[in-house]
Amino acid sequence: MTIISKLAIAASLATALTSVSIAQENLQGLTVGFSQIGSESGWRAAETSVTKQQAEALGVDLKFADAQQKQENQIKAIRGFIAQGVDAILVAPVVATGWDDVLAEAKEAEIPVLLLDRGVDAPDDLYLTAVMSDQILEGRVAGDWLVGEVGDADCRVVELQGTVGSTPAIDRKAGFEQAIAGHDNITIVRSQTGDFTRAKGKEVMEGFIKAENGGADICAVYAHNDDMAVGAIQAIKDAGLKPGTDIKVASIDGVPDIFAAMAAGEANATVELTPDMAGPAFAALSTYLADGTEPEKLIITESKLYTPADDPQGEYDRRKDLGY
Amino acid sequence: MKRLHLERLANPQLLALVAVLLINWLLFPNFFRITWQDGRLFGSVIDVLNRGAPVAILAIGMTAVIATKGVDLSVGAIMAVCGAVAATMVVAGYPTPVAVIAALAVGLACGLWNGFLVAVLDIQPIVATLVLMVAGRGIAQLITEGYIVTFNDPALIFIGTGSFLGFPMAAVIALVLMLLVTLLVRRTAIGLFIQAIGVNRAAASLAGIHSRMLLVLVYALSGFCAAIAGIIVAADIRGADANNSGLWLELDAILAVVIGGTSLLGGKFSIPLAVVGALIIQAMNTGILVSGFPPEFNLIVKAGMIILILMLQSPLVGTVMGFFKRDTRQAAPK
Repeated sequence: MTIISKLAIAASLATALTSVSIAQENLQGLTVGFSQIGSESGWRAAETSVTKQQAEALGVDLKFADAQQKQENQIKAIRGFIAQGVDAILVAPVVATGWDDVLAEAKEAEIPVLLLDRGVDAPDDLYLTAVMSDQILEGRVAGDWLVGEVGDADCRVVELQGTVGSTPAIDRKAGFEQAIAGHDNITIVRSQTGDFTRAKGKEVMEGFIKAENGGADICAVYAHNDDMAVGAIQAIKDAGLKPGTDIKVASIDGVPDIFAAMAAGEANATVELTPDMAGPAFAALSTYLADGTEPEKLIITESKLYTPADDPQGEYDRRKDLGY
Repeated sequence: MKRLHLERLANPQLLALVAVLLINWLLFPNFFRITWQDGRLFGSVIDVLNRGAPVAILAIGMTAVIATKGVDLSVGAIMAVCGAVAATMVVAGYPTPVAVIAALAVGLACGLWNGFLVAVLDIQPIVATLVLMVAGRGIAQLITEGYIVTFNDPALIFIGTGSFLGFPMAAVIALVLMLLVTLLVRRTAIGLFIQAIGVNRAAASLAGIHSRMLLVLVYALSGFCAAIAGIIVAADIRGADANNSGLWLELDAILAVVIGGTSLLGGKFSIPLAVVGALIIQAMNTGILVSGFPPEFNLIVKAGMIILILMLQSPLVGTVMGFFKRDTRQAAPK
């Protein structure tokens, strides 16, 4: 077992997924509005469920508004929250621009606004803080895992990229490349887009396997999200190879199905994009309300590595009902 | 007789397919290598057949629709709906045949709905089928409740990843469907009727063709084909992905039909050539994957190839080619 996976176990023991610190008692009984983008992906559904769970555990009355992917709906919802006189507003902004006016209205009403998982192009005094993941770091964690896993052995990696030109694809690629830079034994030999989907992940992996001597020349596959990794695992199996053993599988997101694959020994590592953006947001809000301490304008969530040593079956059970 | 046969083989679609395959072979020397593994054929060419099957199946129905001067934009969304129906039903414990038949029936119903809008309400096809293109994905998400519904039903998975005589099941289904539909339209008068509606619907009706009935049936066929494709795609990844299943495939299907030489203005059509068109598209996709181009070039390479293929079919090039053909014919009898 590598040092990194030992660290990961320690980290996973230290924090449960939806742990709530008891220190935030001053939030009890408050009313908080939450303007969610909509249900665009399983991860977003999970974020909504986790936010609701967090609010319930803290005794916060959460007013939930689904914007159905439209900014005007979000602005309407925020204005509604201001009119109701809520104590704080959580927003997962659908786009980056066009928020100045409505944020200024909230500021005037002295209602703190906290941004979840995406930033906005607005002066940062208009909101309390933004809670986001660092997608470059996610790629780097996956890369560091591979570096630790293969040691000095040569490793030819194939990469399944996200949608060409999308921010997660660019950042997760850059982070992984940073991690393996300086380790000449690890090289990315093929890189293609799988559009973040299972079907394309499977198709692209099939092509890679044919192109790399029936898969014999591939040491590991790095997928920018778990869904593509799940597709790749099927392609590896169809080619008569053992995913997780013959070809190592590393990916990002931490959706339930990758934990199921990990429990079956078919995936080796995933870096969690935590759906718990609300936890750090509530913590920041609690401190701010208690003594007026302004939090950092950018709170980066943890990018936690999970390997088969981290009780994948348990992680699967914990997540399967979150809406992924 | 023999000369006629050769000329038919030398049509631009088959030439283009051979050209694309040869380019793939130049870029990746093992392209034509086929091995036998776990009781089935294994190789890049087999991948082309397998991965090209869903679009080929869509193209079969789409050809008939386009021949009537229509278009069916909803096939991608119908795929998502039918995949969702099949997946949720097997997960709910229904026997596989029931789930598959239900999914096919839903596809048929979607097609009938399109046909009703086009033939009975006389809504323009592009608008009529746009309704289901947009709404269908929403319906699919309602069925799956936003999850990717995964299943482990061996019989259903077999439809997507199984093999028959070593060939991938999806390709076998596409081939059988192509033969059946081609026989149906070529060995009966239905093909002529479809063509007549595409050329001039009013005149066809006056000539005694039940054009309304026939239009409904053509859209129903397209919906049915989309259902088959949707089941295959879901079975392939062992899950119904309402967001992504069949996304933009309606455009690939239309492209396959156009590459196959069927005019968007209706009339003359060829189902086998549309299937060849689908294989050309897939051969390009697979070629890009094995060649190692960076993904930023995918669309540029594809667009360039498609422009070339369509240029080969343009009337101007046809005239020039015809000129050369006449020349060789005059020189031939020695």
